[in-house]
Amino acid sequence: MSISARNVSKRFGDFVALDDVSVEVAPGSLTALLGPSGSGKSTLLRVIAGLERPDSGSVFLGSENVTGRPPQDRGVGFVFQHYAAFKHMTVHDNIAFGLSIRKRPKDEIEKRVAELLELVQLEGLAKRYPSQLSGGQRQRMGLARALAVDPEVLLLDEPFGALDARVRAELRTWLRRLHDETHTTTVIVTHDQEEAMEVADEVVVMNRGRVEQVAGPRDLYDRPANEFVMTFVGQANRMGDAFVRPHDLELTLEPNGATREAMIERILHLGFEVRVELVRDDGVQLSVQLTRDEAERLELERGQIVFVHPTHETTFS
Amino acid sequence: MSVRRLGLRSVAVGYLAVILVAPLGLVFYRTFVNSASAAWEALSDKDTRHAFQVTLLAVGIAVPLNTVFGVAAALAIVRRKFPGKGLVNAFIDLPLALSPVVVGFSLYLLYGRTGWFGTYFLRHGIQILFAWPAIVLATIFVSVPFVAREVIPTLREVGDEQEQAARTLGATGWQTFWRITLPSIRWAVIYGVVLTTARCLGEYGAVAVVSGSIQGKTETATLRVQEEYENLNFAGAYGISLALAAIAILVLILMTALRPRETAH
Amino acid sequence: MVIVALPIAALVWQSKHEGWAGFWDAVSGREAVAALKLTLVVAALAALTNAILGTVVAWVLVRDEFRGKSVVNAIIDLPFALPTIVAGLVLLTFYGPHSPVGIHAAFTQYALFLALLFVTLPFVVRTVQPVLHELDRDMEEAARSLGAGELTVFRRIVLPSILPGILSGLTMAFARAVGEIGAVVIITGNIPYKTEVASVFIFNRIESNDPTGAAALAVVLLTISFGVLLAVGGIRRYTTRYERP
Repeated sequence: MSISARNVSKRFGDFVALDDVSVEVAPGSLTALLGPSGSGKSTLLRVIAGLERPDSGSVFLGSENVTGRPPQDRGVGFVFQHYAAFKHMTVHDNIAFGLSIRKRPKDEIEKRVAELLELVQLEGLAKRYPSQLSGGQRQRMGLARALAVDPEVLLLDEPFGALDARVRAELRTWLRRLHDETHTTTVIVTHDQEEAMEVADEVVVMNRGRVEQVAGPRDLYDRPANEFVMTFVGQANRMGDAFVRPHDLELTLEPNGATREAMIERILHLGFEVRVELVRDDGVQLSVQLTRDEAERLELERGQIVFVHPTHETTFS
Repeated sequence: MSVRRLGLRSVAVGYLAVILVAPLGLVFYRTFVNSASAAWEALSDKDTRHAFQVTLLAVGIAVPLNTVFGVAAALAIVRRKFPGKGLVNAFIDLPLALSPVVVGFSLYLLYGRTGWFGTYFLRHGIQILFAWPAIVLATIFVSVPFVAREVIPTLREVGDEQEQAARTLGATGWQTFWRITLPSIRWAVIYGVVLTTARCLGEYGAVAVVSGSIQGKTETATLRVQEEYENLNFAGAYGISLALAAIAILVLILMTALRPRETAH
Repeated sequence: MVIVALPIAALVWQSKHEGWAGFWDAVSGREAVAALKLTLVVAALAALTNAILGTVVAWVLVRDEFRGKSVVNAIIDLPFALPTIVAGLVLLTFYGPHSPVGIHAAFTQYALFLALLFVTLPFVVRTVQPVLHELDRDMEEAARSLGAGELTVFRRIVLPSILPGILSGLTMAFARAVGEIGAVVIITGNIPYKTEVASVFIFNRIESNDPTGAAALAVVLLTISFGVLLAVGGIRRYTTRYERP
């Protein structure tokens, strides 16, 4: 089931959340809506779900125009950042909710809930209440609940935002694997560019209510459409009008025709990666990324004078 | 959705208008249109004025007393552990659930001539029942809960971190109380005082039992309303009622202005 | 504490004055029973009515926006701010012989119901409002996204969460209504066996110098009050059950 948002605009009072936004999501894909706070990504997701009404524009699920339809009638599964667990119901009843209001027969519900509990690895916790679960467990329950009614489309609103780093990383991998199995059209909203790059087939970068670029992770990084995308996705050094990735800066101990002089301010050892922070002779600050081996070979030290030049530059007109 | 919303709104507002506003509005209208002067005259009646004085006396004693008690009790309940805390809490809430007549009656039993304390006071020539002390006691009893109940949740929410900080900076218990604790519960106390005052002004059942309603001596304003009505002096009854109603509206305004904000601090 | 605890003790003592037999006699006297029955039934009806309508009012105040909403919010406390005897007089004017709306309910049981309706109106509204306000709207959105219609969302998601609030307001309203005297003493006419409520009965017993008779019914009311407080405390403990991490 494809998703199509066409010319969607939405304001909240004076604040423009979405400004004539159009996005196409291919069926069976996992798409990320990536952007900083206030970029409109959550609003767009909620418009697709029917939890917000756009001021103008339309939403299509498949070939059907669902713009006027309430969320109950759209067949979307929604997962919330803060889980939205039904606090007064057990894990079992939470997951079964969608089925129970559709009046499915009891044994069908039991079977499906058991399947889902296994899928999200919460077996044995069926009788517990959400307050007795960890954050990660609650979110897995939220996912199971949304999946229980076999939605055509799965929408996740910063699903891992409230969890700590390790759990986040685990669930990210887990989500990707789940998608590879089920192939449900999925849209995930995130402000974490690493998350988007790791998980999504395609990334929609948004800023201030507009779409900046739509591309796969690799193209997004290698061929950013504008300054915003370049600096938001991955690191970038600004050198005048040009932008240079930290790993596209070459460090040498001797000058050659193309290099400029610079002094090392700090050396950060981040495991495999070594980051060297320099200040160039004209005062511009640069961040260079080297592998451990490269750094070792150069025998770099704080305060040392080295020579730097970019091997690849990007400019935007 | 908007049909449902409009429907609910009309039901809610309509219900309130019919049950609350209309009757009160009618009384104001009738009094001012028909007999404003008669009502005013009734208010200047000697016995009526005395009744107001008695009410004011009761309010003047009960409110400060219960304010101090309320703050102290709230501090003890929230900040300290002691046996029987639940019981104290229950007794503070009791006047809210108890019939005023039962309150008056129990005071009557205690301080009456044959009561537990009655004989002691009788011997010393102090009259409690059917005199102003009983009225004051009854008023105190029924207005115990309000300050405490407003301050307790506020104290809980504020937490004692600020007080701990003050202690580490060298403040004594009293200093901490005056300069840290009290300001943080200031609005809750004021709101509680408004509620307490309204309750004291409006008390009827308990004082009806213990005062004997002796005209010119042990009537409160509320008892006077009943008295005037029984004596078919409707202008008087309505006059006093209106005065009390006007005060009540003032109380409402104060309550609205001072109400603890629903959004968290 | 002296002020509250001792008188209660004295009351209980007095009721035992003529022993259990005397107590039972007093409680089961025809007039006493009639007064008690009337009080309990009408108080329950008034409290229940205001539980339902109070929830509606609370819903509108929390979820709806319209001009004058703050005035409406303020008016609800009128029964708390107004002396009960004045309320009684006001109600008599509106529902009595010179009623502008043509209702002549004075000195009937309907008058009693209306008076108790007036005094119990704020209770459920005020207990439900904060609960509704704190409610996590996400849960309702989640339910909608799973296909639940508005009524289902209310029934299965909102109601269970606000039910403790409704119940504690309901029980306090009931206690208040059972004990009410000021608002009913004028408008009901206090006709024995017809419109005489328990509190008026007790008052009359005191005036007739029958403290035992008064004490018997007073103890019944006292027990109800304690019961209500226990119930409210129990509801509070039950509510925080889910909050324990």
